[in-house]
Amino acid sequence: MAVRSRIKTLKIDGRDVSAHEDETILQIAEENGIFIPTLCRIEGLSLIGACRLCLIEVKGWNRLVPACHTHAEEGMEVFTDTERLRNYRRMIIELLFSEGNHVCAVCVSNGNCELQYLAQRLGMDHVRFPNMQPVRKVDMTHERFVLDRNRCVLCARCIRVCDEIEGAHTWDMRGRGIDARVITDLDIPWGDSETCTSCGKCVNVCPVGAIVEKGRAVGEMTKRKDFLVYLSKMREAKK
Amino acid sequence: MVSASHAESLESIISRFAGRGRDALLPALWAIQTASGHINLEAVRALSLALNVPEADIYGVIGFYSMFHDQPTGETIIRVCTSPSCGLAGSDDLLDHVCQRLGVEPGQTTSDGRYTVEETTCLGLCEHAPAALVSQRGVGERSVPSAVDLESILADHSAPYPAVTGSLTHLLLDGIPVDRAQTLAEYGDYSALRRTLNDLMPDEVVAKIQASGLLGRGGAAFPTGLKWEMARRSEEKPHYVICNADESEPGTFKDRVLMELRPHLLLEGLALCAYAIEAEQGYLFIRGEYPLATQRLQQAIDAAVASGYLGDNIMGSGFNFHVEIRRGAGAYICGEETALFEAIEGKRGFPRIKPPYPTRVGLFGKPTVINNVETLCKVPGIINRGGRWFRQWGTDLSTGVKLVSVSGHVSRPGVYEIPLGTPLRQVLTELCGGVTGRLQAVLMGGAAGTFLAPDEIDTPLTFEDLRTVGSTLGSGAIMVFNDSVDLRDVLRRLGAFFQHESCGKCYPCQLGTQRQKEILDRLHAPLPGDRERLTDIGQTMSESSLCGLGQTAAAAVLSAMKRWPHLFE
Ligand SMILES: Cc1cc2nc3c(=O)[nH]c(=O)nc-3n(C[C@H](O)[C@H](O)[C@H](O)COP(=O)(O)O)c2cc1C
Ligand code: SF4
Ligand code: SF4
Ligand code: SF4
Ligand code: FES
Repeated sequence: MAVRSRIKTLKIDGRDVSAHEDETILQIAEENGIFIPTLCRIEGLSLIGACRLCLIEVKGWNRLVPACHTHAEEGMEVFTDTERLRNYRRMIIELLFSEGNHVCAVCVSNGNCELQYLAQRLGMDHVRFPNMQPVRKVDMTHERFVLDRNRCVLCARCIRVCDEIEGAHTWDMRGRGIDARVITDLDIPWGDSETCTSCGKCVNVCPVGAIVEKGRAVGEMTKRKDFLVYLSKMREAKK
Repeated sequence: MVSASHAESLESIISRFAGRGRDALLPALWAIQTASGHINLEAVRALSLALNVPEADIYGVIGFYSMFHDQPTGETIIRVCTSPSCGLAGSDDLLDHVCQRLGVEPGQTTSDGRYTVEETTCLGLCEHAPAALVSQRGVGERSVPSAVDLESILADHSAPYPAVTGSLTHLLLDGIPVDRAQTLAEYGDYSALRRTLNDLMPDEVVAKIQASGLLGRGGAAFPTGLKWEMARRSEEKPHYVICNADESEPGTFKDRVLMELRPHLLLEGLALCAYAIEAEQGYLFIRGEYPLATQRLQQAIDAAVASGYLGDNIMGSGFNFHVEIRRGAGAYICGEETALFEAIEGKRGFPRIKPPYPTRVGLFGKPTVINNVETLCKVPGIINRGGRWFRQWGTDLSTGVKLVSVSGHVSRPGVYEIPLGTPLRQVLTELCGGVTGRLQAVLMGGAAGTFLAPDEIDTPLTFEDLRTVGSTLGSGAIMVFNDSVDLRDVLRRLGAFFQHESCGKCYPCQLGTQRQKEILDRLHAPLPGDRERLTDIGQTMSESSLCGLGQTAAAAVLSAMKRWPHLFE
């Protein structure tokens, strides 16, 4: 085994934990069974720090920082579940729910959706914003997969996996702010894409029911369980 | 006027940029946009092959920048600014008038394909409000100050607009022509650089800047000397210097005036920074809406290179420093330093997560110093006369002099140089000729700033005093509103600004700016619970957003809520 970095001791939610200095707070929390919500991060792909659900408080620091991108420091005191954090997380989930079309009862990913899980786990019990009722055309042109932008949460996992692991770079993002959306190639129907290898990686990383396999009934869409391991391996191999 | 047929062909553009790598993407897209008025699929395919960038990626980049189009546009694109300062000067009526005359809605092109009309955010010409920007196919951009009607917008202004300036300290803006750039002969022989190359080691340059206490003038007020020191010590090579001339904060136009009038001062400051951190390559990133500043700086660079003040072996010292101008393409977020790096690298202007900070991992992943135009313009004076000299103005914490951009309801809107610590009231009365009408509110620091009420204008303009009253000096924008103004209308414009400029990378800001805008749009007839929603969104954005845009997108709204709660009932 390669020489590992120094060991740090710190406190998370009052518990003493030890960690290697190259580990993030999120990794340490996971090792210790402490739950921190995440959505944009997926092991094996680059970090973008975009969903802001993993924000934590650190004693003596003014700003909230993302656990996925903050490294352990000696003597650090971390809080992962304060009232302040719970409020922001609920607010973010509430904003996400009201932006897209998330009627779980008719979604193939019902029961296997990370957004749905987070909403339940974080206790988002009502949405105070009128739904924006997006009417974005569902792309059914791919022979095996379907893209429903009404359910997309713009986590950019599909873009990253397709670029960083598959090397196809079929996906990208277009527009900015509220108008941002995922595109395939030159914003053409997915079925006409010249770069897509139909590998299905994007299907496996999509946290919601936005990219799914064709022909699934409500609640039937599950993701490959060992996919995270696979991604990490592929990424290591690429380095 | 040059006709479109003179425009460069796609083949010629592609061959000019082929093999130059990804960071040539924005310059190449600009060349195509200017030549053909839009960038079509054929051009994207050709560029993809020439620069080795995936097609989806290029398409995503085009869609990120407001000044790039993927659909055909008119031969002339007319953009009318509707940000607050122009709004006060009647820009809504102007936009209506232009649209009516041409028979289109904003965003549309006339059926004969001659004109496209667009609404735009602040063009940085606030002292000449209302302002417009014209893009002529095959020619490029042209600013229109004090636009009156369609004819005045289309008329070819060959007489340049003079800057409106004033000063209590007579350093940067005094004794120079206001209607043209200072020439190299008038500026002098880059004496600070000459002396430095002869007598000073890089760490001595840094020490001088540190001794001056200079804080960055771009908004974040970070100590400049410390930034340089951190970059100087970064072992990874090469190092880069960047001048942030993206100036897109509504109500801010001091950098434009500095670049238009004193380009050599800026170039000397940039070269001194390069020497201090041992960089050989520098970039000037200028917003696409500043054609005149871009042109004058390019001329100044050419003149400086011809005289041996820039380039290889400067003044026989062995020090090499090259400067390249990069044009932005309409995105406020690209003023954020890491988004600006992404733009130079040819990507969508998405801010990076920090740390690592630019002084360690910046442009192209290398140690980088990025400074505001005004910050760099302070450098030659400090090198020549020393830190103590600079500290004779200002306070212990806010040293030296500062430029402020004053717009709105004052007799003489313009750029003014003040010692830090000057009370706002003195700026308004002595320099700007007084408030026109009865003062109702002042917006400090631009859209990302906060409101002050009339009883707060004795506050000294320093970073620390403004912080104490919960406000900010920011980039030095001061927008003045008299009591004829409907502040709800101002808030509506600010909401629209942030909704339009959010990059969309992180959830709180991407979704929050949209929801904030919806509520600000209906302030005249709010729904029950709107006030709480506005507060909750504002706090969430301020505390949980990834970058400074989202973190300040609610600042003005929250400050107005504190001072004028009745506006939200
Ligand atoms: C949304 C946003 C826009 C910004 N725009 C500018 C700008 O136009 N010009 C500028 O100098 N700094 C701008 N900044 C600040 C820069 O990130 C950076 O702090 C600055 O360029 C550093 O230079 P200074 O230390 O000389 O001020 C902006 C920051 C944010 C968050
Ligand atoms: S199926 Fe594979 S190649 Fe096709 S878009 Fe998805 S990740 Fe990319
Ligand atoms: S399609 Fe799925 S993976 Fe891609 S950005 Fe949307 S939610 Fe994320
Ligand atoms: S805060 Fe706004 S501008 Fe900044 S990264 Fe997030 S979405 Fe983009
Ligand atoms: S997991 Fe999304 S910001 Fe950390």
